[in-house]
Amino acid sequence: MNSRTEHAPIIHMDNIEKHFGNVIALAGVSFDVSPGECHCLLGDNGAGKSTFIKTMSGVHKPTKGSIMFEGREMHFDSPRDSMEAGIATVYQDLAMIPLMSVTRNFFMGREPTKGSGPFKRFDTETANAITMEQMKKMGINLRAPDQAVGTLSGGERQTVAIARAVYFGAKVLILDEPTSALGVRQTSNVLATIDRVRKDGIGVVFITHNVRHAMAVGDRFTVLNRGKTLGTAQRGQITPDELQDLMAGGQELAQLEGSLGGTV
Amino acid sequence: MAADSTATTQTDERIKQESLFTRLMKRPELGAIAGVILVTVFFLFTADPAMFSLAGFMNFMSPAAQLGILAIGAALLMVGGEFDLSLGSMVAFAGLFFGACVVTFGIPLLFAIPLTLLFAALVGNLNGQIVLRTGLPSFIVTLAFLFILRGLSLVGLKWATDGSTQLRGVREAVEGDWLAPIFSGEAFPGLFVMLAEAGLIDTFKNGTPKVQGIPVEILWFVVIALIANYVLTRTPYGNWIFASGGDANAASNSGVPVRRVKLSLFMITACCAAMVAIITVLDSGSTDARRGFQKEFEAIIAAVIGGCLLTGGYGSALGAFFGAIIFGMVLIGLTYTDIDQDWYLVFLGGMLLIAVVFNNLIRKRVTGER
Repeated sequence: MNSRTEHAPIIHMDNIEKHFGNVIALAGVSFDVSPGECHCLLGDNGAGKSTFIKTMSGVHKPTKGSIMFEGREMHFDSPRDSMEAGIATVYQDLAMIPLMSVTRNFFMGREPTKGSGPFKRFDTETANAITMEQMKKMGINLRAPDQAVGTLSGGERQTVAIARAVYFGAKVLILDEPTSALGVRQTSNVLATIDRVRKDGIGVVFITHNVRHAMAVGDRFTVLNRGKTLGTAQRGQITPDELQDLMAGGQELAQLEGSLGGTV
Repeated sequence: MAADSTATTQTDERIKQESLFTRLMKRPELGAIAGVILVTVFFLFTADPAMFSLAGFMNFMSPAAQLGILAIGAALLMVGGEFDLSLGSMVAFAGLFFGACVVTFGIPLLFAIPLTLLFAALVGNLNGQIVLRTGLPSFIVTLAFLFILRGLSLVGLKWATDGSTQLRGVREAVEGDWLAPIFSGEAFPGLFVMLAEAGLIDTFKNGTPKVQGIPVEILWFVVIALIANYVLTRTPYGNWIFASGGDANAASNSGVPVRRVKLSLFMITACCAAMVAIITVLDSGSTDARRGFQKEFEAIIAAVIGGCLLTGGYGSALGAFFGAIIFGMVLIGLTYTDIDQDWYLVFLGGMLLIAVVFNNLIRKRVTGER
């Protein structure tokens, strides 16, 4: 855990503002992630979590503020730009197609090919082998790589999406409420996956409004409320109850200030 | 450790638990193959044995091929999540264009055929552009084109022929054109004469074979089905078709060029219609405004029998191939029986209903829905 502080942040979002017309969705949010760290972004509905991660993943351009990625200032014009830089976002819909096989989903849009010219074809054998291997690494034994994604549980689908992002070279992995629709067992599977990914040196941004899920894997916790950061706390410096109160609107902010180490 | 894990990956003992039956059930074309077997058995019992002679086979494969080329285009488009109801009208419209090229302007086939395909692709492109730009369901947009293209065919034919809805003289115009045998008539006549001389196939009393060759549309049908199946199952583009139809949003988030895929599918489908137009116009030597009438529905039904889901993202080109064969067998097969031929329509509707119910069950099985 302490090794984290030795790393420079892989991505640093500084004082990000985002205005939609006269609506100020983000009013100066700062956030960073280091390699091998799980940084939880908490906040109630409407707090600006979605706008913030969409800014990070290149869907929105910030109105003000800067994005530093691996020490360089970046201006993402599209999600593709940020993807190429190494920022992968797993949205709630997972970008998975239930009727298609795990392999076909895994390589959707990035199919490995063999042969050339008119005989250039989808290299199914390689794709199947890679899929099986990557899923095994994530602790899921597929019955067969041609198993349809629809037959997987919600947690397993989440894991396929994460494994896909990692395989395609994500350095920062943004997970948009990965546990919100899952049962207890599946949630713990996903949390275990997050832990595994983190140990590979990937910076994980874990968006959630469930404090217990955040506490289970998070190294740091940032709470968003009404487009502003309420504070960032290290693991061990804050109790679940305090985090919960903070998310709920900060009525007990004064009381929490001490425990947050004056970062509010 | 790594070697160990790959070894176990490749020999996962649970793969074998999946029975042959389950694996077969997952094939989208299964229903259509079962249908072909069922229909064959039915006609073996009810029809004159002549139906299953070589001549009978060619008899029912010819209409199957003409429908099948359309059905394969329709199937690809359906897997991609769209419909084209203007397919049948497109046959008439492309037929008019082709007829006009050959008869009115005297263009040789070498140019007339690519021009017709290009023209069809442009109309398909227009269809696709409207669907994609407006975001309207392709069902409505192409329904409009069903009428527009049929109407234009009528108007255009009258213009080209001074008031008739039929343009004749194609056969005379292409007489001696070296490309004509590739798109009309029968292939491999020499082979069939040889087979007849060897006594392997039936002959008339004077020694000429009863079947003079394979009608070219059957060869085109088989070739197009094989290519479509290869593209759909074995290429990245095929994966994009499935993805675009399964969930356009998820697909484009994953980097699939959904718009380009759908646009190209509309163009391919229109080209399939143009292909049928070229073959049938050359075959009959004329083109008329009723060509391809209601073929769009038959093509979609054949695609559905072949396992395509109406919601897109699932289906098979081979399935459409067999679906079209079922059509041909029933349409022609009934003439070999004592059964009233108008049962054909009852059969058509019944088959569609069964196929849709069956596909729904399959889909649930595949996706593990309960």
